[in-house]
Amino acid sequence: MIPDVRQYLRPARMPHILCPGCGHGIVLGALLRAFHRLGLDPDRVALVAGIGCSSRLVGYVDVCTLHTTHGRALAFATGLKLARPELMVVVLTGDGDGLGIGGNHLIHAARRNIDLTCILFNNAVYGMTGGQLAPTTPQEGIATTAPYGNIEPPFDSCRLLMGAGATFVARGLAYEPLALEEMIARGLAHRGFSFVEVLTDCPEYFGRYNRLGKGPEMLMGQKRRATEIGEILASKRFVSYAPEEMGHAPLPLGILHEEERPEFSQTCWQMASRGERA
Amino acid sequence: MGRMQLVRGNVACAHAAIVAGCRFYAGYPITPSSEIAEEMAVLLPKVGGVFVQMEDEIASLAACIGASIGGMRAMTATSGPGFSLMQEHLGFAALAEIPCVVVDVMRLGPSTGLPTAPSQGDAYQARWGTHGDHPSIVLAPASVREVYDLTIRAFQLSDRFRTPIILLYDEVIGHMVEQMELPPLEGMGPVWREEPAFLPEEYLPYAAGEDGVPPLVSFGRGVRYHVTGLIHDESGFPTQDPEKVSSLLRRLHEKIHRNLDEIVSVESFLLEDAEVAVFAYGIVARAAREAVRKARAMGMRVGLLRPRVLWPFPEEAVREVARRVRGIVVAEMNLGQMVYEVERAAGGRAEVVGCFQVDGRPIPPEIILDAVIPFCTPPSVRSPLKGQEVQGGESR
Repeated sequence: MIPDVRQYLRPARMPHILCPGCGHGIVLGALLRAFHRLGLDPDRVALVAGIGCSSRLVGYVDVCTLHTTHGRALAFATGLKLARPELMVVVLTGDGDGLGIGGNHLIHAARRNIDLTCILFNNAVYGMTGGQLAPTTPQEGIATTAPYGNIEPPFDSCRLLMGAGATFVARGLAYEPLALEEMIARGLAHRGFSFVEVLTDCPEYFGRYNRLGKGPEMLMGQKRRATEIGEILASKRFVSYAPEEMGHAPLPLGILHEEERPEFSQTCWQMASRGERA
Repeated sequence: MGRMQLVRGNVACAHAAIVAGCRFYAGYPITPSSEIAEEMAVLLPKVGGVFVQMEDEIASLAACIGASIGGMRAMTATSGPGFSLMQEHLGFAALAEIPCVVVDVMRLGPSTGLPTAPSQGDAYQARWGTHGDHPSIVLAPASVREVYDLTIRAFQLSDRFRTPIILLYDEVIGHMVEQMELPPLEGMGPVWREEPAFLPEEYLPYAAGEDGVPPLVSFGRGVRYHVTGLIHDESGFPTQDPEKVSSLLRRLHEKIHRNLDEIVSVESFLLEDAEVAVFAYGIVARAAREAVRKARAMGMRVGLLRPRVLWPFPEEAVREVARRVRGIVVAEMNLGQMVYEVERAAGGRAEVVGCFQVDGRPIPPEIILDAVIPFCTPPSVRSPLKGQEVQGGESR
């Protein structure tokens, strides 16, 4: 039974800006069901985003929403979380927003282990600006700024985040919304910096330029490239984002890393109350 | 009351911020502003506040804005290169109308420039640095005591007008040590920005009353709304409706420009009978005051007009002075920025000349005095620099 999550939406803001076949709505649905599952009070949730298609989603969610500048959502969210540690602060970012222009903030938020949940929508391209090369575009992939095929290697964001010190790292597929919901719910409940990368599609640009078909074909393609072994969570199944003919290292799926470390906003406030007594 | 003590400009800034209710500081080290961050790191935990060193200046101002949306008064401090990086978020704070205070302790630029030397090269950047059309409020203290007072003023103005306030001073003011009474901070605890006591059923975050300033409710207070750097309507959501676009941009201007009396502040020194005025701000105004005294001792009628608030520009005060004097000497540690504003406001009523120095040292009084002499009647006096007779009055 899939719960009704319309209580978390702003119907007055519809219709949304997403293109037909875009997977971002599926990811948002998984996030809202995770909110519902955890019984979150919308007054106590803040959704912070940068710039890009995925970042625009915050406008449709009926919580406190902050749509910031390109790449900087995590820095805004850090200030908000430190001022109001009682809020559940969730950051929506894209692969260009979070790993390109905002890469510095991403690794430092992970290093601090501040209690934010960051959902990174990876569609391997800059969609809002018309399909330019992203730091996640697979090698040989076609983009408007890589018309002869991408010659740069892409980021593996989960490995990057583990190296930076994130205490919860997971990767899911828009194709598997229920597993994704489970991952996000566990990320939200985790105390510390939680990072969930979601492979989603951009049929309008990346799909069209690379002849990957429309939305369903693209999502199924990602699913197909996930090796079929065992249970979804912590299974370390592997998926390759790139079209099959572009051979490169596949990415593992599931909850890839989870550990406990002191959480930053709590440590900050402990220091503040220690200082007050001093 | 506190006791008289020797206080550094940057330290005065930090203490004043605490007194003004600042409980959040996010910053990145940069000379010559770092003492502000260091002092805030010491003070904030003692008063129930939060200090965080961010990964860069972009993140620093972003974190301040985030904390301010959470209801905390927030400040960051930097110098030229960091100030450049903060420009986009100054624009965000101006458009989203989020209060915050940004201190720019000017060093000589462009680029890395002379990190430990003063300049006034950022006077225009403080006004026009971020893209788009927007008003700016920039305060320019000229002493350690005034750094203290104007820091407090900056927080008041920021809350009052829901806009970022820039506190602009140079390396000399920041590092200078002067005697002042520093009120004690003992017994201070957490402070949150005052919020409206009563809210309508439907909160429109950008619906302003008569004064053009909408009431601000922070996140987490039980009101859910949207904040964006996109052009938005009264509900806070994006709009492209030309009427609403224009009305937002005009309101942002008007909330400042209709309230100039509350914001603009100048000091007049010996201007009543002056035939020449010196226009100077920050550390240069200190030298200008000395130049005025020296000129008076030599029998010349010279006065000083010193803006405490650099932007909005004190047009009315300059226009009024221009009506009465023969010339206005604008002394700045750059190659001419505010001089153009003075020229515009003077509108040809008085001759406006610049007196500039950009060698990393503050302008000494003698150079300003030398620029003043050619405007003065009647005496021909000995130039303190050239050591020769200079004909006053007639020469211009």
